Amino acid sequence: MALLDVQNLCISFGGLRAVDDFEIHIEKGQLYGLIGPNGAGKTTVFNLLTGVYRPNEGIIRLDGTDITGKKTIEINKAGIARTFQNIRLFKGMSVLDNVKVGLHNHYRYSSLAGILRTPAYRRVEKEMDARAMELLEVFDLHGEASHLASNLPYGKQRKLEIARALATNPKLLLLDEPAAGMNPNETRELMDTIRLIRDRFDMTILLIEHDMKLVSGICEALTVLNFGRILAQGGTAAVLNDPQVITAYLGE
Amino acid sequence: MNKMNKTTKQNMVTYAIVIIAYIIVMLLGVTGHISSLMEGLLVPLCIYVILAVSLNLVVGILGELSLGHAGFMCVGAFAGSFFSMCTKEAMPSGLRFLLALLIGAAVAAVFGILIGIPVLRLRGDYLAIVTLAFGEIIKNLMNVLYIGRDETGFHFSMKDSMALGLSPEGKTIINGPQGITGTPHDASFTIGVVLILLTLFMILNLIHSRDGRAIMAIRDNRIAAESIGINVTKYKLMAFTLSASIAGVAGVLYAHNLSTLTALPKNFGYNMSIMILVFVVLGGIGNIRGSVISAVVLTLLPELLRGLSDYRMLIYAVVLIAMMLFNWSPKAVTFRERYSLKRLLSRKETPDNHAAQ
Repeated sequence: MALLDVQNLCISFGGLRAVDDFEIHIEKGQLYGLIGPNGAGKTTVFNLLTGVYRPNEGIIRLDGTDITGKKTIEINKAGIARTFQNIRLFKGMSVLDNVKVGLHNHYRYSSLAGILRTPAYRRVEKEMDARAMELLEVFDLHGEASHLASNLPYGKQRKLEIARALATNPKLLLLDEPAAGMNPNETRELMDTIRLIRDRFDMTILLIEHDMKLVSGICEALTVLNFGRILAQGGTAAVLNDPQVITAYLGE
Repeated sequence: MNKMNKTTKQNMVTYAIVIIAYIIVMLLGVTGHISSLMEGLLVPLCIYVILAVSLNLVVGILGELSLGHAGFMCVGAFAGSFFSMCTKEAMPSGLRFLLALLIGAAVAAVFGILIGIPVLRLRGDYLAIVTLAFGEIIKNLMNVLYIGRDETGFHFSMKDSMALGLSPEGKTIINGPQGITGTPHDASFTIGVVLILLTLFMILNLIHSRDGRAIMAIRDNRIAAESIGINVTKYKLMAFTLSASIAGVAGVLYAHNLSTLTALPKNFGYNMSIMILVFVVLGGIGNIRGSVISAVVLTLLPELLRGLSDYRMLIYAVVLIAMMLFNWSPKAVTFRERYSLKRLLSRKETPDNHAAQ
């Protein structure tokens, strides 16, 4: 059974059909790409999957459970975490704290324990610190743990966002243009990081990307969106050689 | 682990500042260096510090502008004072005041929840205006509230004291615009300082806990916080309610420092709310220690300038503008960083660390 199973997903804004009859099936452990020209509706699909928008029609199933129309928090608890096209870090907080917020629902102590700094507070905070540092190490950010998130260079901010998403211990990770604004070196490094995440965390990843080198380099399967509709779907090589796809990207 | 020690150290410095200030004032008091006018200012000083610190939780940590803080103070003041009036003969003053503080905090917290639920759906300017309105509503409600007691129990009216229908032995406790008269004078500077320390302890520890991180995450980016499973409504309401309840405590302290408690625009109106906001903004939004210092400085300033009689509020305003302009200018910030206590302390510690290694 597919980890993510989406059928007949539709949403309209006013008269505009932003996403129409969208479907996707992602197997566990797959690295899947969602591509398409600007304004094709890719981020809208992410927003539908994460409950930012409620679909007008369609069903979203994660690991067999119907999550259609649920709230963002519930969907995150069900196992979908995401990053954003325009980086959304907690800028006034340290790098470590950004990840620790991601761990919020997995490590608990009462508010009173936090205020009184009970032994339970100390123990759980210590565990959280350790887990957060472990995640930061994967992304080579552990040296900057105490820095303010806003002081990180751009590429590291992108990585921190991924680390924070992973901290929520998701089944499916959605990356919205992870390579946006990166130079070729950073992009190559990012490709390695994405592969590493998949292997090390046994993660299923759906990513939106414009960088064709990245897409063809790491994605195993692709869905191409154009004007809110699926233009092509299937194995990466086949999709990228599809004349329709080439036309959509390069014009007639 | 290292970071943990750093924040703990920072908190200790804040507590130490308060305690040292307390000791200095007490010493000055013993040696007779404090005028009676200044002495009368000590409890209000504590009240303003508590208010500023609690408002900073909403404005600085939660990142929402609230202009109704005086309203919560008003609720707490009346609830605590009402309790003290009812139990004036029945209890020793220490226990009574402790219970009054708890009741003031609880009632203000209830109002915080009731107002927070609808209001926190709004953001930014809209939230500010609506909290301002709620603050005014609370104050005006207190002005038409009549509660009396006789042998048959409590009587309640929103019309006038005659409508209470009290028996001849009955007593009006809350008398509309005349408020409450005869609240026992239980507040003292020492209790005020203890309450400041408790407030600081709660808020500083909250900020560095799981809940505090969630609150700050909502401040920094609500959408991202939601995307990683933070319950935005819950934590917004938590911060707002805690802040309201601490303002309630400040209100109880206020009520027990005066013999007559009335809900005038002067004590509980929006002017008061804005003054507290000025403390917070000047001390640095999100900077708890800054709130303490700015509340003290700005409360003492008009008194220190008293000799200048008519010009004193003019000078106060000018000083305020100058401090706002220069306090957060880049040069002032670098100056503070260079000569900060933290820096001076760590400079001293460095050789010790080397010695330990």
